[in-house]
Amino acid sequence: MSLITIKNLWKEYGDNVVLEKLTLNIEKGEFCTLVGPSGCGKTTFLKMLLGQERPTRGTFLLDGEIFPDEPSIERGIVFQRYSVFENLTVFGNVMLAMELKESKFLGRLFGAKKAQAKKDALEILEAVGLGSSVNKYPSELSGGMQQRLSIAQSLVNKPKILLLDEPFGALDPGIRADMHALILDLWKKHNLTVVMVTHDLHESFYLGSRLLVFDKVREDVHAPNRYGAKITYDIPIGDGETIMTKLHQTIEKGEK
Amino acid sequence: MKRLMNLRPSKATAFFLGVLPFLIIGVFYIVASDLRLAENPNDKLLPSLSSFAEAVDRMALTPSKRTGELLFVNDTSASLQRLGLGVLISAVLALLIGIPLGFIPFVRAGLSPFVAALSMVPPMAILPILFIVFGMGELAKVALIVIGVTPLLVRDLQQRVSEIPAEQLIKAQTLGGSSWTIVLRVVLPQIMPRLFDSVRITLGTAWIFLISAEAIAATEGLGYRIFLVRRYMAMDVILPYVAWITFLAFMIDYLLKKSTQKLFPWYSGAKEKE
Ligand SMILES: Nc1ncnc2c1ncn2[C@@H]1O[C@H](COP(=O)(O)OP(=O)(O)OP(=O)(O)O)[C@@H](O)[C@H]1O
Ligand SMILES: [Mg+2]
Repeated sequence: MSLITIKNLWKEYGDNVVLEKLTLNIEKGEFCTLVGPSGCGKTTFLKMLLGQERPTRGTFLLDGEIFPDEPSIERGIVFQRYSVFENLTVFGNVMLAMELKESKFLGRLFGAKKAQAKKDALEILEAVGLGSSVNKYPSELSGGMQQRLSIAQSLVNKPKILLLDEPFGALDPGIRADMHALILDLWKKHNLTVVMVTHDLHESFYLGSRLLVFDKVREDVHAPNRYGAKITYDIPIGDGETIMTKLHQTIEKGEK
Repeated sequence: MKRLMNLRPSKATAFFLGVLPFLIIGVFYIVASDLRLAENPNDKLLPSLSSFAEAVDRMALTPSKRTGELLFVNDTSASLQRLGLGVLISAVLALLIGIPLGFIPFVRAGLSPFVAALSMVPPMAILPILFIVFGMGELAKVALIVIGVTPLLVRDLQQRVSEIPAEQLIKAQTLGGSSWTIVLRVVLPQIMPRLFDSVRITLGTAWIFLISAEAIAATEGLGYRIFLVRRYMAMDVILPYVAWITFLAFMIDYLLKKSTQKLFPWYSGAKEKE
């Protein structure tokens, strides 16, 4: 069975049809990248995967069960901004993840559990390259470091699915490349399922194992909200050479 | 020539400019006082510096004949206790009410209109009720401060809680937090320095209520003393008391600011408001 099953899914806000008749399956271990014009519903789609929004109608299953309709520990998220807790240090941020997961009353760990959590936290911080900044507060970190921290924070709880909404949008190209290497490495190592929204077509081809393009197929100039976006391209991406040719084909198709 | 808006004073100049208004007021006072006293040595409105010194000596350094205590010290400690207790209770109440109001939609739906209406009641208007209910003792005065200040703090905290970015609250849920642990580990720690900020802002209001309550019913306290000696037009006591209250207010504000910076080093709001 697929990890995520979506059949005939619609999402509307009042009269505004955002997504229409979406049908797709996402398998465990896939790295789906989502692209599409601004306002076409990418974030909305991610919010539904997260449990922050509910589909208006249609089938929407996680592991064959109805999606939990509030955010839960199976689904980690990294937002574009405000993703880390400013009142905690880098180390404290990762500890918080484990403390919220394991301590239901105090939200704090003690004794042996704390020692274990400490070890795990330092290990994942080392893995995302924040080993030397553990005692800094987020305000002392660069944008890229904050995003890495947010990723570490989500990954330490081993979510089934990692959701990323333009996580690298605010970063400069050099740091972006580092982040790409990091996320690919983590994806392979932890056998994650990733769904990532991006505005950068190149990034989407480079990172994804599958590219989903959202766009409105029908357009009514008098009622722009009448029709929603659909998945116009669903492209499995191999490695290496094929990527660039596919990229060009897609762009050409898009221009027609 | 640079624009005026771009000219910055050096440190020494800034200090001098800062002191200047105080100096001007001081000199102006001394001259005016001398002029009036030259005309009428019994004038009470603008006492000379020496009568201030006498008054300070009488109030602060010589034990009272009746009780053997230093009146000024007594007044100060009585007032500060009322103020401290009132503000502390208000702050705790504000946390207990403001966080659920800002955080739990059901609580907001149920209580928000009520709190909004309640905060419109002018506290001074219900002061008589407080005296009737709590008697003329300490409780009524502290209660007035609490009633006057708590609604302001509650509304501010509610606002601050709802300003916590939704991203962080969702993130905390994806990390496995419950409503309770998220309040404990995310909302409360982030709201604490903001509580300190709003306490600083409402402190002026707290002083108003304190002095009003003391003026009406008290046997000691800074506000009580000022209103007591007003009958004798004792400006030589009133003015030093006013200066002292101002200084206390300034110090409390300063200490709160410093402790915010110390306790919450991550909080940028503290630094911006230097
Ligand atoms: N809470 C909401 N209430 C009403 N309409 C909404 C809401 N959230 C989003 N929308 C609408 O849904 C549509 C899709 O928004 P969404 O944020 O998903 O776009 P997006 O593809 O993420 O765009 P971008 O690339 O600019 O981030 C927009 O027309 C937006 O106005
Ligand atoms: Mg978006």
